[in-house]
Amino acid sequence: MFDSNQLIKDFPILAREINGKQLVYLDNAATSQKPKAVIDSICHYYEHYNANVHRGIHTMSEEATAAYEEVREKVGALIGTSDTGEIIYTSGTTDSINLVAYSWGRQNVLPGDEIVLTPMEHHSNLVPWQQLAAEREAKLVFLDLTEDGQVCMDSARKLIGPKTRLVAITQMSNVLGTIVPVRAIADLAHSFGAVVLVDGAQGVPHLPTSVQELGCDFLAFSLHKMLGPTGVGVLWGKRAILEAMPPFKFGGDMISSVAREKSRFNELPWKFEAGTPNVEGVIASGAAIDYLNKLGMAAVREHELEITEYALEKLGAIKDIVIYGPKEASRRGGVVAFNIEGIHPHDLGQILSDSAIAIRAGHHCCQPLMKDLKVMGTARASFYIYNTKSEVDVLVAALEEAEKVLGHVAVR
Amino acid sequence: MSLSDDLYRETILDHYHQPRNHGTIETPTAQIEGVNPLCGDELTLYLKVSDQGKIDDVKLTAHGCSINTASGSMMSEAVLGQSVERAREIIESFKEMMLTKGETAELEGDLEDLEALRGVKKYPVRIKCALLPWNTLLEGLDTVNGARENNT
Repeated sequence: MFDSNQLIKDFPILAREINGKQLVYLDNAATSQKPKAVIDSICHYYEHYNANVHRGIHTMSEEATAAYEEVREKVGALIGTSDTGEIIYTSGTTDSINLVAYSWGRQNVLPGDEIVLTPMEHHSNLVPWQQLAAEREAKLVFLDLTEDGQVCMDSARKLIGPKTRLVAITQMSNVLGTIVPVRAIADLAHSFGAVVLVDGAQGVPHLPTSVQELGCDFLAFSLHKMLGPTGVGVLWGKRAILEAMPPFKFGGDMISSVAREKSRFNELPWKFEAGTPNVEGVIASGAAIDYLNKLGMAAVREHELEITEYALEKLGAIKDIVIYGPKEASRRGGVVAFNIEGIHPHDLGQILSDSAIAIRAGHHCCQPLMKDLKVMGTARASFYIYNTKSEVDVLVAALEEAEKVLGHVAVR
Repeated sequence: MSLSDDLYRETILDHYHQPRNHGTIETPTAQIEGVNPLCGDELTLYLKVSDQGKIDDVKLTAHGCSINTASGSMMSEAVLGQSVERAREIIESFKEMMLTKGETAELEGDLEDLEALRGVKKYPVRIKCALLPWNTLLEGLDTVNGARENNT
């Protein structure tokens, strides 16, 4: 396995001090930091071969196109497919899911159909389906969660059935950290002819991921949560399904020929990539994937398992703390959401910020889940490759200090 | 450990630990829910306004952070017993203090306590927390006004 203390040197931002203190960045579920190799690849593109892709005959356009397309192979290899036609670049997970909701959803979801979700979906894997369901008079169905935030498989067996048209589930919860048994749920859904979309925004950056093993039909994820720049996402879909889908956005690059009245659309994957894409972002995403491959996704997971286990133990010892999600680290990713009784997560976040510790505080774009947990929000620490156990110690010390500053407030 | 001294000064913590006018009114003239979509904070504001347009009672139930709770508590003290017109002036002074980019005149007299919240300005994300009760009150006063106009 790799040594996080060594990796830190590759990330210029991690040398930053805030209020005279060393930055401790624990908001990786929101976005990860970027290694120098990724930042450099953006500069290199603009300084040496900035050009539009799929257009010019000139050298730089050819170089840019080659670099842009080469990343598709890297993305494919990362998630276990060699068919680059199945890799569609988007602006992020939200964009990927909307593509499916608009293109596949408007064609395939009929009145009375059911869309099955878990109660811990991010708003990005909930709101597009709410809209679709309202438009098509379809119904949203939610699986049950167990007390410690795992999908209750009995409820899956009860609720997934002949009416199920789509199952849209997260690979890993951005709040509870829960790793969802996607394969078992996908097999169940497929036995009724339903289609399965997996929100991999949290899963793909942190877990070895193979679309073959997940057994899904769509996988959506964002590169900025895995060392890449913002504004790049991926939608992977099974070729047969993607081919049957109509384009979602129309314009340049997604056509093969255009006459005054009518156009022929391009083939996969370009059929879904209208307009000048985020060339710099895609190329830098390739550098991000290279970086992760050098470490190995299995080692990334191993590191996070270790630090999450440590965090659960240390945080768990704090007085009045409530930690949400599965008790065992093996069932969760490197995300720990918690509350300290009597202290609002915003206040916690603020005081930690004074110690240069960056965590997330709030509803994490999961308001229905917050309601189920009967909280207004939570604090959340989330880890990545460069985080260390000593940073967990800094977090724990700062939390104990916060309790002293704010004093305990009885629940009103 | 350096602390957000401005943010967590004594007055704010005092109001946070013991919010004034916390609770409900059984037959309010207006009852308004305030929500901060950013963090999910919620509060319910109850108003009892007399026919003469005086705020006879104001109560709040809040599930929010220290800034939100303290701000609501201070607000309730500032407007209780005031006329609706005066309450609007107070809201305006407070919002001006919180939202003006540069320096503004210090709040004086019976509004002096509200000065404690000026430090929140340094934390732009938290300004919304401080303003939630005030915007909710404004909405409440509008409802009361509407109702009175309909009656006359």
